[in-house]
Amino acid sequence: MAERTLVEAINDCFHVELGRDENVMVMGEDVGRAGGVFRATAGLRDRFGPDRCVDTPLAEAGILGTAMGLCMAGWRPVCEMQYDAFSYPCLDQLITHVGRYRWRTGGSMEFPVTIRMPYGGGVRAPELHDDSPEAYYVHTPGVKVAIPSTPADAKGLLASAIREPDPVVIFEPKLHYRTMRGEVPDGEYTVPFGKARLAREGTDITFVAYGSMVPLCEQAADALAGETSAEVLDIRTLKPLDEDALLASAAKTGRVVIVQEAPRTAGFGAELAAILAEKAILDLRGPVLRVTGYDVPYPYWQIEDAYMPSVERVVDAARKLLQFQ
Amino acid sequence: MAQVLPDERELRRVIGDGESIPDGEVEGLDESDLIALYRSMVVLRTYDERSVVYHSQGRIGTYAIFWNHEAMQAGSVYALERDDWIFPSYRESAIGLLRDMPISTVLSWWRGHPSGWWNPVDYNVASICVPIGTHVPHAVGLAWGQKLRGERTVSIAYFGDGATSEGAFHEGANFAGVMKAPAILFCNNNQWAISTPVSAQTAAKTLADKASGYGMPGVRVDGGDVLAVYDATRQAVERGRAGEGPTFIEAFSYRAAPHATADDPAAYIDMERVAEERQNECLGRYERYLRRLGVLTDERAAETRNEALERMREGIAAAEAEPAADPELLFKHALVNPPASFDEELAELRRIRGG
Repeated sequence: MAERTLVEAINDCFHVELGRDENVMVMGEDVGRAGGVFRATAGLRDRFGPDRCVDTPLAEAGILGTAMGLCMAGWRPVCEMQYDAFSYPCLDQLITHVGRYRWRTGGSMEFPVTIRMPYGGGVRAPELHDDSPEAYYVHTPGVKVAIPSTPADAKGLLASAIREPDPVVIFEPKLHYRTMRGEVPDGEYTVPFGKARLAREGTDITFVAYGSMVPLCEQAADALAGETSAEVLDIRTLKPLDEDALLASAAKTGRVVIVQEAPRTAGFGAELAAILAEKAILDLRGPVLRVTGYDVPYPYWQIEDAYMPSVERVVDAARKLLQFQ
Repeated sequence: MAQVLPDERELRRVIGDGESIPDGEVEGLDESDLIALYRSMVVLRTYDERSVVYHSQGRIGTYAIFWNHEAMQAGSVYALERDDWIFPSYRESAIGLLRDMPISTVLSWWRGHPSGWWNPVDYNVASICVPIGTHVPHAVGLAWGQKLRGERTVSIAYFGDGATSEGAFHEGANFAGVMKAPAILFCNNNQWAISTPVSAQTAAKTLADKASGYGMPGVRVDGGDVLAVYDATRQAVERGRAGEGPTFIEAFSYRAAPHATADDPAAYIDMERVAEERQNECLGRYERYLRRLGVLTDERAAETRNEALERMREGIAAAEAEPAADPELLFKHALVNPPASFDEELAELRRIRGG
């Protein structure tokens, strides 16, 4: 065990996984010489060479498209999209090929590609460095989606993604890249897909979240201490989803607030709410509430705090829901 | 710095017209090669013509016609080795036949039946790419990945003139140049993207001109001349194997048939020009060339054609004999590790369908 920041945990994962499997390669914009704009891939080019930590041309669809060909040649490429909102050009490849190619071959080929990107706001960055685009990706059949919220999970989920035979997209909460530190197991460490994490146990209300909204929900739980006992469920992998954990927590507390940073409409929170409506309605004491970003473009940073779900908004939703006995 | 500006805008040709333009020859091809190329073209032509008939009979779905593209497909594939990878677009749907893929597989693909799936590794033929040009980066990635492994494999991606407007083509071509990937970008410039003429597609003088922007040679070849296509592709393969990187080939031809069975070109094309082009179609040109050489007799031509027709009859019979696809196939192949919900959904579907 060592204490690491979230981005250090990712870097540690890469050093372990590239050392473990010579078919793993990292590719993306500025990942080699610079070690990535957030230093997630620092030291890889020196240690494993420029063919396994590749500085690519600035072309996200080209990165993912060539990665599909690399898979066909037996590689396990890990593609970095430099920022959330810069990933959109790669959606063409993701939707038309990444999620479909194995199916198209009647299950005879594997495409073990990993796509990872920093996501989310709150970092006082220029426009289009702040998006939470997970819904576009989750909605694409044939790909899996994970969003870690702690340094240990950032390492363990990335390692699982790299070893996974199916395509995986990982969103990393850039807000916490350096601000969050935590114990991270040394050496090989994986976190299985489809297993949620109970970030905090409680009895009266459940906050369901993933990524950067998990620590926010924990702060909200702290703020409500003495008033109510809040549980925080970290979804960890959006697809596959740990429905059992979601339903178990809903059955236990009878009240669920879903917190998502992305815009509200058709966000992943809506999917979680729909599952609760289908499978937990008789366990619920009140409506499922959502605290989300708004259906507006992510704002300039002087007003981003008003856009981002806040502890106050989560607490407010919790108090509304607690009125249902 | 490699010479990348097109050194020729003239189309490379080997086959003459039997009159003022003399026939050339291609070094290294003997009579058996010439006949093998002929057989390939007949197989493809027969496949294409029968498929249009099968469509009209309701036996296959919408079909993208490749009539007059056979020289481009057969000539280029003949320049490859068996281990080299082919990345077809829908216009090259039957190119796997040149690698001994069963005809029923390709027909099943056009019948929308899962038995039209194939394992690309069995033939080194990738799945048919339907969206335009998005397979170019795949071919480049494969070539790059094989090169990293020290393999001598090259890849070839086929696409049309319209695809050169797509971002995926440009990103793939740029990656190919930067990574010195042994990839061949084969553009069948049949001058039409459904109803859009190539003049509305680009302001470049030729499509081959685009290659220079990516640091690769751009070669122009008569796409109706199977021997010229073979020769140009062979040189591109040699370049790739020698570590010199990718080549762009613009094979210039004419789409002398509808884009697909659902298309009526009379609305946008000069049908007199089409009739003229059909007089000069690639298989007929090659047959006349072989006859001038004394290599092809009426008997051999008929035999080759009948053999191909017989294979088509067997192929459609086999495709039509496939049992109905089970709904299980909805869920079975999308993921190596599917979620448990797939089993639940399939069970529910079976209950409701009563299957």
